[in-house]
Amino acid sequence: MSELPDRASVVVIGAGIVGNCVVGHLAARGWTDMVLVDKGPLPDPGGSTGHASNFIFPVDHGKELALLTIDSQRQYEEMGVQVMPGGIEVARTEERMEELRRRMASAKAWGVESRLVTPAEIKELVPFINEEILLGGFYTPSVSVVDSLQAGTIMRQRALDANALTVSTMTEVEDLEVEEGRIRAVVTDRGRIECDYVVVACGLWSPRIAAMAGATIPLIPTVHQMIDVGPIPQLEATRSEIAFPIVRDMDAGMYERQNGGDMEIGSYAHRPILHDPDDIPSIEESPLSPTQLPLTEADFDAQMEDALELMPELLDTPGAGVKHGIDGLLSYTADGAPVLGETVEVKGLWSAAAVWIKEGPGVGKMIAEWMTDGEPEIDPHGADIARFTPNQRTWHHIRARVNEGFNKTYGIVHPREQWESNRFTRCSTFHPRTEALGAVYFEAGGWERPQWYESNAHLVEEFGVEDRPHEWDARWWSPIINAEHLALRDRAGIIDLTAFSIFEVTGPGACDYLQRMVVTNVDRAVGRVMYTPMLTHNGGFRSDLTVVRLAWDRYRVITGGPDWGRDLKWFTDHLPEDGSAHIHDITSAWCTAGVWGPRARDIVQSVTDHDMSNEAFPFGAAQEVVVNGIPTVMLRMSYVGDLGWEIHAPMEHGVKLWDTLWAAGQPHGMVAAGGGVYGTTGRIEKGYRLMGAELESEYNPVEAGLAFPKVKAADFNGKAAYLKARESEPIAKMCSLTVDDHMSAAGIERFMNGGEPILTRDGQRIADAHGRPSYVTTAGAGPSVGKHILLAYLPTEHATEGNELLVEYMGEHYPVTVRSNTRNGVFDPDDTRMKA
Amino acid sequence: MTLNILVAVKRVPAPGAKIVLTEDAQRIDTKHLGFTVSPHEECAVEEAVQLVGKHGGSSTVITLGPPVAEEQLRTAISMGIDHGVLVETDEQEWDALATAAALTDAIQTLEADGDRFDLILFGNESADAGNYQVGIRVAHALDRPVVSGIKAIEPTDARATMKRAVADGFEVLDLPLPAVAAIKEGINLPRYPAMRGRLLAKKAQIRRLTPQRRDGGMRRVRLHHPPQQQAQTQMLGTGADAAPAVAALFEEVGLL
Amino acid sequence: MSLILTLSELDGDTLARSSRETLTFARSLADAHGWDLHAVAVGEIPDTAMADLRAQGVAVAHALLHDQLDGDAAPAAIAAAINELHDRLGAGALVGSGTDHAAEVMAHVAARTDLPLASNCTEVAPADGGWDLTRVRWGGVLLEDVHLEADVALLTAAPHQTAAADAVSPGAAELHSFKPELDESLHITRVVERASRGGGISLATAPVVISGGRGVGSAEGFGILEELAELLGGAVGCSRVATNNGWRSHNDQVGQTGTRVAPDLYVACGISGATQHWVGCMSAKKILAINTDPEAPMVTRAHYAVIGDLHELLPALVTEVKNRRGVG
Repeated sequence: MSELPDRASVVVIGAGIVGNCVVGHLAARGWTDMVLVDKGPLPDPGGSTGHASNFIFPVDHGKELALLTIDSQRQYEEMGVQVMPGGIEVARTEERMEELRRRMASAKAWGVESRLVTPAEIKELVPFINEEILLGGFYTPSVSVVDSLQAGTIMRQRALDANALTVSTMTEVEDLEVEEGRIRAVVTDRGRIECDYVVVACGLWSPRIAAMAGATIPLIPTVHQMIDVGPIPQLEATRSEIAFPIVRDMDAGMYERQNGGDMEIGSYAHRPILHDPDDIPSIEESPLSPTQLPLTEADFDAQMEDALELMPELLDTPGAGVKHGIDGLLSYTADGAPVLGETVEVKGLWSAAAVWIKEGPGVGKMIAEWMTDGEPEIDPHGADIARFTPNQRTWHHIRARVNEGFNKTYGIVHPREQWESNRFTRCSTFHPRTEALGAVYFEAGGWERPQWYESNAHLVEEFGVEDRPHEWDARWWSPIINAEHLALRDRAGIIDLTAFSIFEVTGPGACDYLQRMVVTNVDRAVGRVMYTPMLTHNGGFRSDLTVVRLAWDRYRVITGGPDWGRDLKWFTDHLPEDGSAHIHDITSAWCTAGVWGPRARDIVQSVTDHDMSNEAFPFGAAQEVVVNGIPTVMLRMSYVGDLGWEIHAPMEHGVKLWDTLWAAGQPHGMVAAGGGVYGTTGRIEKGYRLMGAELESEYNPVEAGLAFPKVKAADFNGKAAYLKARESEPIAKMCSLTVDDHMSAAGIERFMNGGEPILTRDGQRIADAHGRPSYVTTAGAGPSVGKHILLAYLPTEHATEGNELLVEYMGEHYPVTVRSNTRNGVFDPDDTRMKA
Repeated sequence: MTLNILVAVKRVPAPGAKIVLTEDAQRIDTKHLGFTVSPHEECAVEEAVQLVGKHGGSSTVITLGPPVAEEQLRTAISMGIDHGVLVETDEQEWDALATAAALTDAIQTLEADGDRFDLILFGNESADAGNYQVGIRVAHALDRPVVSGIKAIEPTDARATMKRAVADGFEVLDLPLPAVAAIKEGINLPRYPAMRGRLLAKKAQIRRLTPQRRDGGMRRVRLHHPPQQQAQTQMLGTGADAAPAVAALFEEVGLL
Repeated sequence: MSLILTLSELDGDTLARSSRETLTFARSLADAHGWDLHAVAVGEIPDTAMADLRAQGVAVAHALLHDQLDGDAAPAAIAAAINELHDRLGAGALVGSGTDHAAEVMAHVAARTDLPLASNCTEVAPADGGWDLTRVRWGGVLLEDVHLEADVALLTAAPHQTAAADAVSPGAAELHSFKPELDESLHITRVVERASRGGGISLATAPVVISGGRGVGSAEGFGILEELAELLGGAVGCSRVATNNGWRSHNDQVGQTGTRVAPDLYVACGISGATQHWVGCMSAKKILAINTDPEAPMVTRAHYAVIGDLHELLPALVTEVKNRRGVG
C-alpha cells in the first residue's frame, strides 16, 4: 500500500475500467502526480466492471457511441485482452428483421463488417440453437469478448510505469473540498489530497461522490439480471472461454454467451428495478459485491422460458443447472448515454460515468484528450454531462426515464421516438394556445415543442399531401407537417420558438469577448444580426449561433434549445478573467414566435406602427418593435427560407403577443406550423445545417460550406485551424441530395429517416481521405421541391452536382442525385423570398 | 424397496462478510440479502433426490417459515424433490422446541393422510440459529431412531446403515426404518437447480399447514456482534523472502 | 441444595480439553447459584481424569456403567442414562460441550425431558428466576442474548469460548458409580463399524493446521501443505472451494459446516476468508495468512500475513524449517 501524497495534479476516484483507462491515457499525455483511489481492492473493487459480461457488439445506430466502441475495440486489441468469437443478433419477428436490416445500414455507415444470415446459417454458427423459431440474424464477426479487469490493470500499470501514478485501494472518499467554485482537495479516510482535478469514475456511486462537492452526476443504479447455467459438456469440450458466437435474442431482450463450460444468460427484459445510489450495500455487507445483489428470481422466470425455447437441448443438459444468478447493478441515465466531461457546478470536477465496457477505453482516451486539450477528438455532445437541463437532473426525471427506457436496451427504437414519461414539465408561454390548436409535442432540451398541429389536418387535402405508405416511415410523423410547410410557403406560418436558448452578453469587454468566441466579425453596427459558427480550438464545429448586437456593450446570443447547457458552459468557461464581460442566461425570460411566409410582412405590419418595409427593416437587421403595446425585439432572418421575423418578447407578454399575431394572421390565411417544418422540411430545402447533425467537431466550417468570404483580423478560437482549412480544397463537402426513386422491391414507396449510408452507384461504401464515412445526417421531405432531401458529407470527388449515388435503407438501395454542394439548398438558392 | 423421504429445510439469509442488524437488534437486516438454506440442508435435499432416484419412491420437502419460504421449497423441487409442504408462520423466528413441535404435528398430519416417511432428513444444524436439536426432538416425538452428522446413507431392506465422522475416523451405524437423520455437508455434492426444473417448480402445488405455536421458554433479548479483538495485521514479508520470518513465528508458537 | 450436572468426555486417560472448558464455564454458574458442581462420564473414570475433575472443582463425579454403554454407545442411550441420573439427583442445570458428540447427547436429553436447550453458550447467569445467557449464532459472527425460563437449564458451552482454568480450591471429586436401567429399545441404533483415520493427526486437535483454498489451485498443489504439516506435527485443512473442486475430502474442510478448529497456529494458504470459512478458524490462537491479495479478508483479519504466492513461499519455508531442525 503506497502512502497517499498530500498533493496531486488529478485524483481519479474509481478503479473500474473507466478510472484505469483515464489514468493510463492521462499518463500517455504527460500527466504526472496522479492518484487513483478506490474503496475496494484490486483488481476487482466491486463495481459494475467486476460483473460485466465483457462482450462488445460494435454496431450502434448512434454515431458517437459507435465510434467510441470501435476505438475501444482497437485499444483492447492493442492490449491483447480481446478475442473475437463473433456475435449474432437474432430475430423472432418480422419487425425485428426490419430492424436488423436497419442495423446493416448502420454497420455500413460506421464501417463494421456485418451480414444478414438465414436461420440455417445461424444453426451452422451456433449448432445448439433452435433455428425453427428464428427468421434470421445479423452476424458481426468482429463481436468481441474482452478481459476488462486485465485491461484496467494494464492501463493502470502504464501510468505506474511512467511514474505518474499512486494507487490507493481500500480508500474511502469522505469529502470533496470546493473553493470559489473550483475543486480543491479530496478528503479520504487515509488522508487529504490537494489537487487541481478530480475525475469521478466510480460508476453507480458517482452521484453520491459528486454530491460531496455540490455537483450532480445524473444516473441511477439499475438491475441487469444474469444467470450462469452449467456445467454443459458440449461447451466444456471446446476447452476455451468462448468458442461459439454470442447470441443476442433481441425480441426476448436477452443474450446467451458461452463462459467456459457454462452458458451465461443475461436479460434486459425484466421489469425495471431501480436502486437508490445512497442505499448500495458496502463491500463487507454484500454477499458477493455491492453491485451483485441476489437474483430476484421471479423476475427472471419468463426469460428462462425464452432461453429454453432458443437453446432447448443445451440448457436442458442433464446435470446442468443455475450455478449462479445476480441482480447486477449498472448505471443508467435518462437518455441512455454516458455522462462525461467537467461538471457544470464545479470547475475541475470531471465525470466519467455511466460507461459500458464496450466504451471504457474510448472514454478514457476521450476524457484524457478533453482534460488535456480542452476538447476530445470524437465529438462528445451526446454524452456531455452539460447536456442536461435542471429539470433533467432531478431524480424524478431520471427515475421516470430509466423506468421507461430500460426495456429499450434491446428494443427497436425509432429515430424520432418520443418519451412518454415525465412530459410537459417545461412549456412555452404559448402552450395553452398551441394546445388548443391540437399541437402534437416533441421534446427537445427538456422543452415541449409543437411538432405539428392536428387542427391543420384539413390542409393535407388542400395541398394534396400524400401519406407515407410504410408504417415505419410514417411513425412519429404526419403528412400535416408537409401541409403546414406548403401553407407557410403559400401564405404564412407562425412558429413557437420559445425553446431557443438565449444568453445576453454585456460589459465593456463584451465585443472583444465575443470576437474571441465566434468566427464572424461581431464588431458591427448596433442592430445587426449575425449567423456564425463557433469553433473548438481544433477548428471543428462547436456551435452555430445567432448573435445580435443590441448596444455597443450588449449582445444577444441565440442557440438551439438542446444546446443550452453545453453552450452556456462553453461561454462561461471562456469569460475574460478581468470581469470585463458577463453572460446572463435569459432563456426563461423571453419567448419567441416566428412569423414567416410571403404574407408575413402584411401580417406583422398590421399590428405595429413600426415601418416593416424592406428598406426600413432589411434582411439581417434587428430592431425594437412595439406590437399592440408589447415591446419586442424583431430579427429579420429565417431558418425556413422565407420572408419574416423572429419576434422576441418578455415571457409575460407571450399570450397577448400570440393572440395579436394570430388574429392578424387569420385574414391572410396564416397557419400555426410546428417543428416538423422549422427543424426539417423548411430548413432542409434551404440546406441549412443543424448542430449535432450536420455540424460537429469532426468537421470544419469549410467542409460544412459555412466559411465566410473573409476572415476577420481578430483572433478567435480555432482560427489557426480555420485558416489552414481554407487554404486548400476541403476533402469533404456537405451536400444536398434528392432521392430519385422511392419504390422498394416490395412495391412500397420508402422514405429514409437519417443515418443511412451513402454508396456509390455500384454499391460501394464511401469514406473520405480521413476515413470519415458518408451517411445521411438529416433526411426529410422537401414539399416545395417535391423531393425527399438528404444531407450528407461527401468526399470532394463525389460532391459534384448531378453525381448519381445510392442510399441504403432497410437493406435496399435507392438512387439519389447530388443537387447542391454549397450552403445553398435546393429551394430558392438565391434567397429571393427571404430577402423580399 | 422404495423409499418415501421427507426433507426439512429452513429459509435463512445469505449474508456478506459483515452482518447488519436492524435498529432494534432483534433481527438481521436482510434488505440487500438473498435467502437460501444451509449447505447441510442442500445436501439433505440432494441425498433424498439421489436415494429416490436409486430406489424409487417419492420425496417431499417441508419447511416451517413465513409464506416467502416457499422460495426454498421451490428450489428444492427444482432440484428434483417431488412435493412441497409449507408449515406457515408469521415472520417471527420460532425456537427449536416450537419448531420441532410444529414439524412433528405436520408430519403426523401428512402421515395420517397416507404418507409414510421411511426417512426424515434434517440438516445437522441451521446456518443461523445452530440449535443442533430440531431433528432429534422430532424423532423422539415420533418415537423413531435418530442419528446426527450423517455423511452416507445405505438403505437395505427396512433398515439403513449410516456413516458419520468421529474424532479420529468414522463410525457406521445401523438402524431400522423409519428413522431420522441429521445430514452433514460432504455426503454429496448438491446439484444446481435445473432451469426446466425451476419452471416446473414454479407451477408445483405447495401444501400449506397451519401450526400451533408452543412457547419454548427462550426469549430473545437482542442480537449483537462479538467484540472486535483484532488489531493490525503484522506483515512478515512478501513471497519466498518471508520464509525466515515465518519460521521464527513457528518457533515463537512452540512448533520448532 | 441444588447442583449442576456437567457431561464430561475423556480423551484417553485424561479429561478432554473441551470438557475442561465446559467445566470452567459451568463452574461460574454453580458459583453464582451457590450450587455444587457434578460431573458425569460414560464408563469408568481413570485416576488422571479424576485429578482433572478435582482441579476443576468438581464435588462429585458420576461414572455411568451399563453394558449398553460399553464401547460404541449411541448418543440416545447415553442421554437416557443421564436423564435417569438427573431424575435421581434433581440437578438445577445440565451442561454439555458444544462438540458434535456432546451436543447430540444433550439434544437427546432435551428431547426426553421436553426442556428447552440453549446451544453454544458463551455466558450464563441467573436472573429473574431464570437465566440470562449469551449464545453464538451464525457460527460465531453474531451473538444472541437470551432469557431462559425453565425448571432446569439445559446448556451446551460454545467450544473455544471459555479458557479452561482450575478452580481456586479443588473439589472433592467423590466418585459415584451409577448403573442406569436402560430400555432395550435404545439399542436399536448401534454402531456396527468404527475405523480410525490412521496415522495422521486429527484436524480438530492438531496444534497447527495448514489450510489451503482456491490459491492452491489443484489436488496436487496440496502436496507442499502436507509436507509442511508433517514437519510441524500438524494437520492439513481446506476451504469449501477446495472441497467443492474435489481437491480435498470434506473431512478436511474447516468452516461453519465443516470442522471448527482452535489450534495454536492456523496457516491459511490462498484462502480469501469468506465468513463460512472464517468462523471455522477464528478461535485459533494465532492466524497466519498467505495470500497474493493484500486486501483479502483473511489477510486483514489475520494476526500475521505474508503477501505472495504460496507456491513460492511454502517450498522455501519447508527448507528453512528443515535447516533450523538440522541446526537445532
